[in-house]
Amino acid sequence: MKTKSNIERILESGQLVVTSECGPPRGADAEVIKKKGKLLQGVVDAVNVTDNQTSVVRMSSLSACLILKEMGFDPILQMVCRDRNRIAIQSDILGAAALGINNILCLTGDHQKFGDHPKAKNVFDMDSIQMIHTVKTMRDEGKFLGGEEIKGKPILFIGAAENPFADPFEIRAARLGKKAKAGVQFLQTQCIYNMARFEKWMEMVRDRGLHERVGILAGVTPFKSVGMARYMKNSVPGMDVPDEMIERLKGVAKEKQSEEGIRICVETIQKLKQIPGVRGIHIMAIEWEEKVREIAEAAGLLPRPELA
Amino acid sequence: MIVANRKTLEEILTMLKPYKKILLLGCNECVTVCATGGEREVGVLASEIKLSRAKEGQEIEVREQTLERQCDHEYIDQVRPFVGDYEAILSIACGAGIQYVAEKYRNKVVLPGVNTTFLGVTLEQGVWSERCQGCGECVLHLTGGVCPIARCAKSLLNGPCGGSSNGKCEVDKELECAWQLIVDRLKELNQMDKYEEIIPIKDWTTSRDGGPRKRIREDLRL
Ligand code: SF4
Ligand code: SF4
Repeated sequence: MKTKSNIERILESGQLVVTSECGPPRGADAEVIKKKGKLLQGVVDAVNVTDNQTSVVRMSSLSACLILKEMGFDPILQMVCRDRNRIAIQSDILGAAALGINNILCLTGDHQKFGDHPKAKNVFDMDSIQMIHTVKTMRDEGKFLGGEEIKGKPILFIGAAENPFADPFEIRAARLGKKAKAGVQFLQTQCIYNMARFEKWMEMVRDRGLHERVGILAGVTPFKSVGMARYMKNSVPGMDVPDEMIERLKGVAKEKQSEEGIRICVETIQKLKQIPGVRGIHIMAIEWEEKVREIAEAAGLLPRPELA
Repeated sequence: MIVANRKTLEEILTMLKPYKKILLLGCNECVTVCATGGEREVGVLASEIKLSRAKEGQEIEVREQTLERQCDHEYIDQVRPFVGDYEAILSIACGAGIQYVAEKYRNKVVLPGVNTTFLGVTLEQGVWSERCQGCGECVLHLTGGVCPIARCAKSLLNGPCGGSSNGKCEVDKELECAWQLIVDRLKELNQMDKYEEIIPIKDWTTSRDGGPRKRIREDLRL
């Protein structure tokens, strides 16, 4: 099933895909999203819109997607299993497709313990692999999970995330294999700092031929400071920041650390571009969207291909 | 076994405030094993209550009684001859026992002295750990004998989330990641091929989501 997704079209053309993300605000002000959007115009092919990231309540992903869509973006609707059961998930999938959203990213979701409402009840009616399968069933078979026919199939390009740095490492490629089997078409990875481990993971992915079935976009996040690097290393679950990176940032003066962070990020992208099977770059500059253009430019990712 | 934790004395005293004569009911089963609601704990709690109330000048009479089980009416019936002498019953059995006592003595106030917490095992003296959520459709044959429903913080059926790190769960560095345990066990059993299979979306009708559950065994009915 062909979608209108920019990611799908650029993957097909064989060019590198560039995506970034936009975190919705903790309020109802649409201007915040528009401002972030402006910083990304002409820099990315599609933009992720996070879904109550780190379990902190924010403007809904779908609403922020629509705001970005109206600015000319091809948004990627992130959807987590934490907050919705299969009824709500399928309903939101239909709603997104009706609003012209072309991409969905199926995620497990962080545990609510990390957010601003740790006392919430979580849902996890399905997991991310089952969500991928749900979207595929709705789109390709035109059926709800309950078996009833859908009038007006949701035509969405299906994505997922994978963390090559989480454990158990040996099943991380197998897990992507399950996602591919379920119907995933593109994949964005967790931020890559430990290149050796990422290359090992890619090798396992290639051994299974998964790089040919799934468009893999390698994730990067620039460090603003050594403090941020330390925080990510010690406090963000599943993040692998090697000590050399911390040392390198520590080695420069405080006011130069953000520049060094950008430099590391650009070097990382250049290395990633050389790895067989990497089909794109996902730049997550968390609350630092103004730097995405500079990073993309320096890494030779601009201009982005014109799509008819 | 069913594992429960005693409520704090403060909470219990607040519930007991209006009463001067209570019946304190323990249970000889699970809550005895997890050292929360057996005969010994009944004795300790009774003294604590009486002492605190005496200090406040609000003497209270506490009758101590530990039943064989609070989830069977024949045992609950044993207190029928004298239950009328008491204003309230404080039960420190599991939630099922507490409710069954309340069901049997409809005109008595029944108060919970414990928080019933999980179905689990004794890891070592004084340490208990959750193992099952009674989902009604067991998948342990697919997951190396480790329950993904009760032991994964997100009840994931197809593998670990991105937060699993060094064998620990993202929710708590002290908590084992269920999926690490599953993978380790599948490897030991030479069943890693099981991991490749997608487990389809679960039918939760057999779980709490399907409404309160009841089981009838016609062959056993009188
Ligand atoms: S799968 Fe269900 S029945 Fe089996 S151990 Fe887990 S919660 Fe209990
Ligand atoms: S870290 Fe492991 S146990 Fe914890 S939520 Fe993720 S998969 Fe489940």
